[in-house]
Amino acid sequence: MSILFYLAYKLVLVLVIFAITLGVAAYSTLAERKFAGFFQDRLGPDRAGPYGILQPLADGVKFFFKEDFTPANADKTLFVMGPALAMLIALITSAVIPWGPSLEIAGYQLPFQVTDLNIGVLYISGAVSIGVYGIMVGGWASNNKFALLGAIRASSQMISYEIAMGIALIAIVLLAGSLSLHDIVAQQSGLNWNIWKQPLGFIIFITCAFAECNRTPFDLPECEQELVGGYHTEYSSMKLGLFLFSEYVNMFVSSALMSALYFGGYNFPGLDYSTMAPNVAALVGFGVFFAKILFFIFFFMWIRWTIPRFRYDQLMHLGWSILMPLAILNMLLTALGVLYLGK
Amino acid sequence: MQHTASVLDFLPILIQFGVASAFVIFTLIVISFAGPSLKGKTKDENFECGIEADGNARVPYSIKYFLIAILFVLFDVEVIFLYPWAVNFKSLGLMGLIEMFMFIAFFLFGFYYIYKRGALNWE
Repeated sequence: MSILFYLAYKLVLVLVIFAITLGVAAYSTLAERKFAGFFQDRLGPDRAGPYGILQPLADGVKFFFKEDFTPANADKTLFVMGPALAMLIALITSAVIPWGPSLEIAGYQLPFQVTDLNIGVLYISGAVSIGVYGIMVGGWASNNKFALLGAIRASSQMISYEIAMGIALIAIVLLAGSLSLHDIVAQQSGLNWNIWKQPLGFIIFITCAFAECNRTPFDLPECEQELVGGYHTEYSSMKLGLFLFSEYVNMFVSSALMSALYFGGYNFPGLDYSTMAPNVAALVGFGVFFAKILFFIFFFMWIRWTIPRFRYDQLMHLGWSILMPLAILNMLLTALGVLYLGK
Repeated sequence: MQHTASVLDFLPILIQFGVASAFVIFTLIVISFAGPSLKGKTKDENFECGIEADGNARVPYSIKYFLIAILFVLFDVEVIFLYPWAVNFKSLGLMGLIEMFMFIAFFLFGFYYIYKRGALNWE
């Protein structure tokens, strides 16, 4: 396989996944409002197109044509870098997620994954850590007290939950013996999903994922009753759009991660991909994986309209004094289990 | 299970980075001339609930947040040490488990210390 063919395939795959990510993120904004409407017994947006189906498009166009405002005493460079970083990091995290079984093009077996890094899990934690910078840089550069408070809260919250998340991931690595997401998913064939072995780990991971995405009940960085808009108080136009949009992209990526790490990725009981034609298998696998992702996105929204926001001391207490010791306990129990039960 | 890393594995990351930054830069360029731009002394001030701004946001804030940041660095480094152990755990066997229990014990001792000193107490 020539290197040019390899790179062309990867470029096409990156573009397709990029389009899917943005499409899902855009329609998550509509779905969020539709679900909010449903939960609160009202209609939600229904004016732009039938059932409001063009609403994300209308929102996007509106964002582009609004005034791009920069406060006079803000740090101009960092003010632009904040949202740019937030979006950039959100978009590159998905690179190591396996979307389905291998494709077969021109006689070559090609993995349905942007890249199968042998340090996949580490790459994800690395990318998630850089995600803090977008919010911190943006909030600080605004030179606004509300934005500063929101940014500090956000970065404190995100780094606190990152530790518990990292330790929860270690339990998965213990089971798989590999950091590659491809291997981790491949080992969960049929109904042999990690969730049965890691129920506690999953609860820790999903809690941390909510905190990392700044979603309710952990949306303290932007709690409007105290902090106006939080770290994006001074942002307008598509710069604000990038911040809001990156939240939805993060939600999509963490839903994909939860499905891949705990719910078998593209595996489903009764589906044996080795007996299908390769490209059919890839498409069916992608469909299964996508359905799981959509379920988790729905779960994010469901929680948002169900659980009220935490207080800041409760948030910190939960992260450091409950989740972290629990994650360590879970990791040690997993290690014992792997050693004595042989998995 | 283990496969060796090659530069080729990392090239697609660069491609994805390129596509993502192209999107972000395109967006930033478009908004710089797409919307209206009106300047004004009062308008360009920071938002402060409609009252006159009192100084700027370069103000001291609670030391707690810095403490959390420093503790994060400490604990995150310890978590990073666990990754190579977890990957090789099956070949390390019982000795690996005992050694890691000792490491975790030291780790938890440090955690107990900061907990007792009230570093995590936000009330």
